[in-house]
Amino acid sequence: MLCTLASPTSGHATVAGFDVATRAKSVRRHIGLVFQEQTLDDQLTAEENLRFHAVLYGVPHAQVEARISRVLELVALSDRRKDLVSTYSGGMARRLEIARGMLHTPKVLFLDEPTVGLDPQTRALIWEDIQRLREEEGVTIFLTTHYMDEAEYAERIAIIDHGAIIALDNPDVLKAQVGTDTVAIETADDEAALASLKRAGYKVERTEGGLTAFVVDEEAAVGPIVAAAGVPVRTVRAHRPTLDDVFLHFTGREIREQHGEAVPMMARARGARRS
Amino acid sequence: MTTLSTAGSTVPAPASPAAAPTPTPDTIISDEIRVVGMVWERELIRYVRTRTRIVSGLIQPVLFLFVLGYGMSGLVGTTGGFNFRQFVYPGVVAMSVVMTAMFSALSIVWDREFGFLREMLVAPVSRVSLVLGKTAGGATVAAAQGTIMLVLAPLVGIHLTPLLVVQMIALELLMAVAMTTFGVFVASRIQKMESFQVVMQMLLMPMLFLSGALFPLNGLPGWLTVITRLNPLTYAVAPFRQVVFAAQNMSPAARARFPTNVTLFGHTLSIAVELAIVVVFALVFFVLAFRGLSRTE
Repeated sequence: MLCTLASPTSGHATVAGFDVATRAKSVRRHIGLVFQEQTLDDQLTAEENLRFHAVLYGVPHAQVEARISRVLELVALSDRRKDLVSTYSGGMARRLEIARGMLHTPKVLFLDEPTVGLDPQTRALIWEDIQRLREEEGVTIFLTTHYMDEAEYAERIAIIDHGAIIALDNPDVLKAQVGTDTVAIETADDEAALASLKRAGYKVERTEGGLTAFVVDEEAAVGPIVAAAGVPVRTVRAHRPTLDDVFLHFTGREIREQHGEAVPMMARARGARRS
Repeated sequence: MTTLSTAGSTVPAPASPAAAPTPTPDTIISDEIRVVGMVWERELIRYVRTRTRIVSGLIQPVLFLFVLGYGMSGLVGTTGGFNFRQFVYPGVVAMSVVMTAMFSALSIVWDREFGFLREMLVAPVSRVSLVLGKTAGGATVAAAQGTIMLVLAPLVGIHLTPLLVVQMIALELLMAVAMTTFGVFVASRIQKMESFQVVMQMLLMPMLFLSGALFPLNGLPGWLTVITRLNPLTYAVAPFRQVVFAAQNMSPAARARFPTNVTLFGHTLSIAVELAIVVVFALVFFVLAFRGLSRTE
């Protein structure tokens, strides 16, 4: 809808200052789109694909060469410029598409699951590219992903379930809503440890097989807690809520398939514009 | 969902200097012309890059010209030094133009399958420019293929003059434009690659066979006459053969044996009328192709 590929049934929105309903073409000229499925011509070279795109999006003739070199540099594909796309791997093609999305200097870049189906190494490369785009081109990036660890990079996350946003905030605030950091310990004498930790001012509870302390920062708390326990500590496990916890917290744990709908694991992440 | 994600809510207004609030018009003519050129260029790049297509595009017409040509010559015989190969030559050249144009247009089905069509359709450009570029590209490629066929002319005893070559290329272009717009329209209706072969077999081959490319259209049974006259290709092939024959040194007997004219309701059509029919056909399918592509996405 924001990409003007679908019309809103109600409400209105503006992207890059243009109304999506009435100025669809202007919106499209100011956004970059990278779809899940590949949309390159693999019988053309990378450069030819980019030049085609530059013309479609009205990049001024004098700037085309410079922009092509620039975006290829951003995704580290400069040395493959003259190669046919049919010789590219899946990850390279995806990175070329991201570069193409940036070619006409959009204000917002939409990425639909940019790392789906790629190996961890390629995913890491793509994330390097994305971070670089954000820092060097100052573009707002709007992406969807199934991988919660990727959502960590974002400055704002929306969790969408059954077509509605059920949570929207930055990652730290979302995590704080789920719970605090915890440090779980097993000691030689849990009773004694419980008493001495409480004396030291910790909020501690007895849990299965040991004690759990609720703290502000798990990493910083490990040392003092071990010291304050007063008895030998056998194991320590520190835990900070992850976005996986956040996701499950907001969407619930029940299996949705029974309603004929897959669990919509989707987070929208966006980076803020740096100007 | 829509209102919430509005960029303006967090990005502090579109106040960045690059977005100076000049009200940019949605369609800029010079940009659209560049798009037409770019789509055209892509067709040419792809044509030149797939040599197998150029060769395979030659094999079928060559088969018709020499195998069918020699086979039928025995049956038809020679009249005033003129034989069936000479008769069929313009038809075969037209066939190669038509097939190349159609193939080029139907590559849209490939583009859909491999996603590139989406790249074109979501771009902030007019669909008219896309269809124009595609048509120009298909026509150029098809006319090029037809022009390659000219080298075969001396081998079958067709005499080429500079004027004839110019006339043939011009007619090839017109024929190719008409077939490309028709092909783009057909392609806009095809969703699956599997349908492609079916369309080629069920649409293109009958059109070619019933166009007069391979046999004269006079003295046919009534029902066949009706079908050939309804076939738009008939009006593209006839003028092509007429200009070729006009440049040949043929005896009146040979002209009578190998007629080139098309009659409609007892009237012999002039080249101008035939060409007008082709132009109308091209325009109609240009509009339909544009509408067909507008439906998608």
